[in-house]
Amino acid sequence: MDYETIEKKARRRETLRKAVTYTLLTVWGVMVLFPFYWMVLTSVKSYGAYNSEWIPKLYTLSPTLQNYVDAFTQVPLGGYLLNTAVFTVITTTLMLIVTVLAAFAFARLNFRGKELVFTLFLSLMMIPTELVVITNFVTITNLDLRNTFTGLILPSVTSVFYIYLLKENFAQVPDELYYAAKVDGTSDLKYLFKVMIPICRPTIVTITILKVIECWNSYVWPRLVTDDKAYFLVSNGIQEIRENGFGRENIPAMMAAVVAISLPLIVLFLIFRKKIMEGVSRGGVKG
Amino acid sequence: MEKKNWKGWLYLLPAIAFLGVFLVYPLLDVLTYSFEEGYNFASQTYFGTGLYNYRYVLRDPYFLQALKNTLLLVAITVPVSTILALVISMGLSSIRGLRELYQTVYFLPYVTNTLAVGLVFMILFKKTPYSDGLVNLLLSWFGAGPVDFIDGPYWAKMFVLCFYTVWVVLPFKILILTGALASVDQTYYNAAKVDGTSRWRTFTKITLPMISPTVFYLVITGFIGAFKAYSDVVALFGTNLNAAGMNTIVGYIYDMLYGDSGGYPSYASAAAMLLFAIVLTITCINLLVSRKHVHY
Amino acid sequence: MKVSLQNVTKKFPSRNKKQPEDVVAVNDFTFEIPDGVLLGLLGPSGCGKSTTLNLLSGLQMPTSGRIFFGDDDVTNLPAENRGVGLVFQNYALYPHLTVKQNITFPLENRKGKDKLTKQQMADMALEAAKLVQIENLMDRKPKELSGGQQQRVAIARALVKMPRILLLDEPLSNLDARLRLQTREEIRRIQRKTGITTVFVTHDQEEAMSISDLIVVMKDGVIQQTGKPQDVYDSPENLFVAKFLGTPPINVFDGEVKGETLYIGSEAVLPVPGVADQAVTAAVRPEGFVLSETGALGCDLSRVEVMGRDISVVSTHPNSRNVTIRAIISAENAVPPEAKTVRFDLKPGKVFLFDRQTEERIAFG
Repeated sequence: MDYETIEKKARRRETLRKAVTYTLLTVWGVMVLFPFYWMVLTSVKSYGAYNSEWIPKLYTLSPTLQNYVDAFTQVPLGGYLLNTAVFTVITTTLMLIVTVLAAFAFARLNFRGKELVFTLFLSLMMIPTELVVITNFVTITNLDLRNTFTGLILPSVTSVFYIYLLKENFAQVPDELYYAAKVDGTSDLKYLFKVMIPICRPTIVTITILKVIECWNSYVWPRLVTDDKAYFLVSNGIQEIRENGFGRENIPAMMAAVVAISLPLIVLFLIFRKKIMEGVSRGGVKG
Repeated sequence: MEKKNWKGWLYLLPAIAFLGVFLVYPLLDVLTYSFEEGYNFASQTYFGTGLYNYRYVLRDPYFLQALKNTLLLVAITVPVSTILALVISMGLSSIRGLRELYQTVYFLPYVTNTLAVGLVFMILFKKTPYSDGLVNLLLSWFGAGPVDFIDGPYWAKMFVLCFYTVWVVLPFKILILTGALASVDQTYYNAAKVDGTSRWRTFTKITLPMISPTVFYLVITGFIGAFKAYSDVVALFGTNLNAAGMNTIVGYIYDMLYGDSGGYPSYASAAAMLLFAIVLTITCINLLVSRKHVHY
Repeated sequence: MKVSLQNVTKKFPSRNKKQPEDVVAVNDFTFEIPDGVLLGLLGPSGCGKSTTLNLLSGLQMPTSGRIFFGDDDVTNLPAENRGVGLVFQNYALYPHLTVKQNITFPLENRKGKDKLTKQQMADMALEAAKLVQIENLMDRKPKELSGGQQQRVAIARALVKMPRILLLDEPLSNLDARLRLQTREEIRRIQRKTGITTVFVTHDQEEAMSISDLIVVMKDGVIQQTGKPQDVYDSPENLFVAKFLGTPPINVFDGEVKGETLYIGSEAVLPVPGVADQAVTAAVRPEGFVLSETGALGCDLSRVEVMGRDISVVSTHPNSRNVTIRAIISAENAVPPEAKTVRFDLKPGKVFLFDRQTEERIAFG
């Protein structure tokens, strides 16, 4: 056996493998980033410049912010963003209240029929939203709640999965803490807020972030119950801009709107990167 | 104990109220809708009960087109995205430098608005009177003629749709698979290495069986997700999907319910029930198969 | 196969930003393992013994120095080409494969002219299984086996490819006390039968002493002493080795040598010819005490523990560095139950003197 050749071969193979790996990873990285680059690039090209490019240019030498001005003045993009922010904040808050109370009941309190109700809750996870959206649409229409925030928000509040996730976390808090608090005369509600919630903060943060992402990107339900532009969320807004937008096919302005819509979540992601990725791997499924 | 009893229910009340009104009641309701023939929104009346709605939907060419599109989308994107995610995750796990950067970049599509970024894909692929678009420019370098991916031939539209779908679902799969790969005990790899196991064999005989539960989980969620494809289709082809010939089952349901061709909740309900049945069947088959192949 | 290490050093880059210096896991390790020997690599956790094992297996490459198998320089040879058998601490049995599949796994890796037929592999697997007496468990999955059985499967998997050397990483640490005793005899038997040069790593000195032909005692990446177990026990080269070997542990006193006599406190306890006057550390093996009413060393008696054949006299002394002094004495000697103090004479061969500063052995007599 010639060890030197084997060693050399192994080293060469290792280098080659590394090079191939990095190349592949970089190729996909570019595939992921390119649309983002293109959207920012297009958004700073002037309308005239963009439309005169028979061969699209990968850079621009005369960036302009005019498209952003157009996006916020010619179409009610500001209103869409504000609507979405309001919708997201209220829905997430309501979701948190409902989820925390329910999870606490399941994890901590004793009452008859708890196991049965919990099993029923779990089985609800199987129901696809597509199935219930039809009746909800009818319900909201009959209640005359179309084109209102109430109509937008109410059906979007609950998520069985988050209740389940938080209940599991609550259940890990040792019983001794509860009994100690009881002995000290702490009420259930006070115990929930002073002990359970602080201990389980990471999970609560996780479900909050997941819900915010979900709300910000929600499209189907808002599309069904709103046809008044004054109540559009960003997803519907962008669709509206695309179809009836700037009067002409003003793609740079459209891209400016797309950037404005995408930015909040990307910033949120870059700040809470670890938390979000951890949260999603614990329980987020898109779509 | 008495007091506690009602207290527990009190805490549960909001959840039960929300779920009852917006999840349980609709579920029962949609079932009855689907059997009520010719339900009318305005008058809230219907002719009779029966299977007519289902028969209508199953004969509707738009539904059949939507079914075909959805099945094609599922059949292409689920295997492609799963395999691609596996390759990328394996690559990610084998490197040290820049790993966090790559992971962060790969995750970006997850936090973007599907509708908004879909628009970017549209302009990248679209052929307009002013420009053939960037993708066609790339194609022309390889001598391929310009193709209108957005308003052109069916295969081109399907390609863009699959491409975008894979782009959107990959972050989640990569994240989950990277986690699964990291949780495989390193000593298994050391043991294999000492025994002179080739990389491919290590992958097929050790890595893959070890992460098989995760792979099956991803396949099932991938199936369910792809069957419900809708907003990414809208992003690429606009809301009038029937005209574009790119509708999906979910799109068909919404179109039946609302929009230009809307106002038929009975048909929508029947289509929704059919979708539910398909998804349920496939999930069950998947579970059965995975029982057989996940060993521990 | 003779194995030798020459000035092998392994450094790891520091992960602690406050201490940017490299961590030296193995420092200038030079040693030769004769063919067919069972070597125990012994030391407290974090002393570099597992790193040494990884360097031998090729899972890690040394920063400097050379490693030879026989006359072949294998220093930078990847693990897959070294032909070593390695038994991991947690066994690393593939959970989705049966015992038989686990054992044949290394054989199936062979390619080209070394490729084996199914029948050959089955025969070899059966032979290895018979060697460790698990031939009746071939179709089970690892999780259906007890810890001891899993251990045997791991050994069979390491042996089946006829390794040039066999490496065992803490092979007994995951077993309960009774199995540990049984399994170490088993390892000794298998090693004798196959004659494969074997290195095993352990932090348990009793384990190492009981089955090794040779032991290497390590601390902080540095070899402290090497030799036959009894020799190392009888003549430790420094205080660390003296303290690390032996149960119950050696008793350590602050002492002083004046006029070639060892004093503990004010009492002259042992003549130490040839030692210059100095402050020393004196260490006495538990079996080095002789109960005597006129004994040289007086201690305050705490209690007497009966252990059957022997008794253990537990006492204290102001100059002792251990909390209690433990003397193992034949049960024929009785200690009066009401006694407050107890006196001992010391056996010269069981007393070691060490330099106070360097903790190196000072020879006498």
